[in-house]
Amino acid sequence: MTSLWPRIEPLLARVAKPARYIGGELGARRPAGGPDTVAWLLLYPDTYEIGLPNQGLQILYEILNERPDASAERAYAPWTDMEAEMRAAGVPLFSIETDRPAAEFDVLAFNLSAELTYTNLLNLVDLAGVPVRGVERNGSHPLVIAGGHCAFNPEPLADFVDVFVLGDGEEIVGEITEVVAEGRRRGDDRHSVLRALAAVPGAYVPWCYEAQFSDGRLTAVVPRFPETPARVEKRVVADLGAWPYPKTQLVPLIEVVHDRLNVEVFRGCTRGCRFCQAGMITRPVRERPADQVSRMVRQGLDRTGYDEVALTSLSTADFSGIDRTVSSIINDPECSGQVSVSLPSLRVDAFTVGLAAEIQKVRRTGLTFAPEGGTWRMRQVINKLISEEDLYAAVDAAFAQGWRRIKLYFLIGLPTETDEDVLGIVDLARACAEIGRRHQPSVTVTASVGGFVPKAQTPFQWFGQNTTEELRRKVGLLKDAARRVRGLTLRWHDPEATTAEGLVSRGDRRMGAVIERVWRAGGTFQEWSEHFDLSLWSAALEAEGLRVDDTAYRHRAADEVLPWDHLSAGLHRDFLWQDWQDALAEHGLEDCRWTPCYDCGACTGLGVEHVVASAVPPAGGSQGTGQDLSGAGLVPVTLLSRPPALAGAGESAS
Amino acid sequence: MRVRLRFSKLGRLRWTSHRDVARIWERALRRAQLQVAYTGGFSPRPQISFGLALPTGCESTSEYLDVAFDGEVRPEELAAQLSPVLPEGITVLAAGEVEPGAASLQQDVSACSWVIDVPAVSTIDLDRAVAATMAAATLPVRRERKGRHETDDLRPSLLALAVTDAPVGDNGGGSRLLADLATRPRGVRPSELAEALAVELGPARRTHQWIERDGSRREPLVAGADDVAPAMGRAS
Repeated sequence: MTSLWPRIEPLLARVAKPARYIGGELGARRPAGGPDTVAWLLLYPDTYEIGLPNQGLQILYEILNERPDASAERAYAPWTDMEAEMRAAGVPLFSIETDRPAAEFDVLAFNLSAELTYTNLLNLVDLAGVPVRGVERNGSHPLVIAGGHCAFNPEPLADFVDVFVLGDGEEIVGEITEVVAEGRRRGDDRHSVLRALAAVPGAYVPWCYEAQFSDGRLTAVVPRFPETPARVEKRVVADLGAWPYPKTQLVPLIEVVHDRLNVEVFRGCTRGCRFCQAGMITRPVRERPADQVSRMVRQGLDRTGYDEVALTSLSTADFSGIDRTVSSIINDPECSGQVSVSLPSLRVDAFTVGLAAEIQKVRRTGLTFAPEGGTWRMRQVINKLISEEDLYAAVDAAFAQGWRRIKLYFLIGLPTETDEDVLGIVDLARACAEIGRRHQPSVTVTASVGGFVPKAQTPFQWFGQNTTEELRRKVGLLKDAARRVRGLTLRWHDPEATTAEGLVSRGDRRMGAVIERVWRAGGTFQEWSEHFDLSLWSAALEAEGLRVDDTAYRHRAADEVLPWDHLSAGLHRDFLWQDWQDALAEHGLEDCRWTPCYDCGACTGLGVEHVVASAVPPAGGSQGTGQDLSGAGLVPVTLLSRPPALAGAGESAS
Repeated sequence: MRVRLRFSKLGRLRWTSHRDVARIWERALRRAQLQVAYTGGFSPRPQISFGLALPTGCESTSEYLDVAFDGEVRPEELAAQLSPVLPEGITVLAAGEVEPGAASLQQDVSACSWVIDVPAVSTIDLDRAVAATMAAATLPVRRERKGRHETDDLRPSLLALAVTDAPVGDNGGGSRLLADLATRPRGVRPSELAEALAVELGPARRTHQWIERDGSRREPLVAGADDVAPAMGRAS
């Protein structure tokens, strides 16, 4: 146990926000460890402020530290100023609890939430003094593990990460700990440990699989050893109520994002938005018992001193009895009226606005809705079945109850999208502003527009994303149209960043060399606009003989092998393909929580069930409105329109 | 009821900012379940006011805040209630009621005493630097104010400088500077003092804040006999 603190502290006087590196949060542990414990270093490959609130890492931090055979500490990506100081002073990456060098840990475990953080993962492994490529590591080096949503297409990081964890981490971290401890007891070499880990359900060890290519196309990813499973299924915690974590949420000394108490009310989502990877890969829905939620809120507020609590999930208004839960918090005499509740990911309907009104009695700041598509046709394609009436009723209710600012989230670059769909965004926003002015003298409607990136394990995984130029043209259309609209503020995501994200999102193993080149060229913190540089990615692609037309812009064919076909989020490929066809035919699909099963594969394949306290859907029908969705699956369709830049590119997909 | 609290900021906590400390206090008061008074209006805020900002990276045994409570509290019990819910490095040293209508800390405090370790400079060399600095008629210092660069004269703000031996146990051959620095019109930062002296200063600790009245000076609250002994240079 070597503390690097005497060498770290002199660096702190020369960097911005030095408290990023000192630990000391309420809830932090200083595990003593010992020769028999497996020491985990949990890492988030972005700044402290972004990484600290990550609930996945906080849950695993507690579960591991409760085990007698494990300990867990944390580290985050040092900002560029600190990294420069550390490299100049020869100080390696360290844990913020006991200031130990990262390389002294048995496991470096990363949370992967965004593709553009991948170069930071390489940088952190390198800062730890560990070879970035797995094949160059030996028994003296820690294992590099990664989990989180991005693990559902792990292939771009296959060369750098020893073990990926698919799905919920609560149970598997203990199993990995036991395998690592057993390997150490027996004196096994690194390869034996990796092979043993590949046998743990939910663990994917890329070194145990060979990716085969023919004519520049992936043909298969196959096990190299007889005992290695051909297909890895994700892990699912069947009963969220059995895992009331985090019990002692970390309260940082400095301001971070989501700086509040967070209580997860359910995991999984079956609304079936076809662009949404989170909703697809986390099924089925598992609610936390309402009384446990109330208890975690009350105890959490008392312990932390926070005056805000977020009830988190992918769509919190869908939580059974959300209204009772919310009023029990805001009417709790112990909270003395000073606690505010935030509900991220609000559904678009008047019920939700009523709920928000009850919560934001005092601080009525802004309200956010996510219609995602500008026209009803577009929203049928993406299965976000919010009618204009739903949206306008919600917006009317919001402005009538005193809000002056609303924010609307949209995506552009969606499958089958026309210019009419794009301009529909401005039409919707204009109508919302007009509704607002009936109630308020001055209103602001912000339309926030992201570029769509198709993700693995979703119905849109076959879709070739829009080119940078096409997205830029669509942003231009929006800017022109929005200029004439009073009260409308338009914000948009950088199309170049969307392109880079798309390179990695559906990339195969060959993308690893591209990521490494971008990192070696200094491309860290690519999530940050001041550091993002598409030219690094373009140069790296070219150097590796790969083309953006092929990796990001190309529609995948029905019979094509996808880089994640050997990994399962529980969803049948047939189901995803059918849902893709339904999307192209503009057919919506019901939320299966309250309607008969359409066999996506998650519940049946994983042997788990929805855990939902309410047997009836919320007011307005299972998708917010009562449309007829019976036509799905009946109309044969193909995707005809191809991205313009692909014309003549010689790659055909559909 | 308004109460003034004196607290320390020591060890790793010195790397937190003034704003961080304010947030830490708001949460600690809630954790201790003390009923802090809130402002009314559209966006209620707890009625807490802090004194002079301590530069990030400096330690202190003389930080202050004033808190308005709903109803009565017993100031002598606050240290025992608050210190356990504050992070390691922040300890309540004293507490006392503030008379209604009393001036705020910002208005009242006019000078601070600092103890600054100077590990790389001998007492003889530091003495020489101090003498030269105090003999200067003016000491121009460049400061950024609201995005603009301005030049201030530091000399009137250097009230007293004294040199002592390095603390016992520090065998690096360094020295220690005791400085009384004015807080008006603007507070002098230890880094600005280092520039004026042209020496590299080590960790700085604010030990006292002073209110001047009728030619004498006193502290906003006296920490008492159990004042925390300086322990700079230790590994924390």
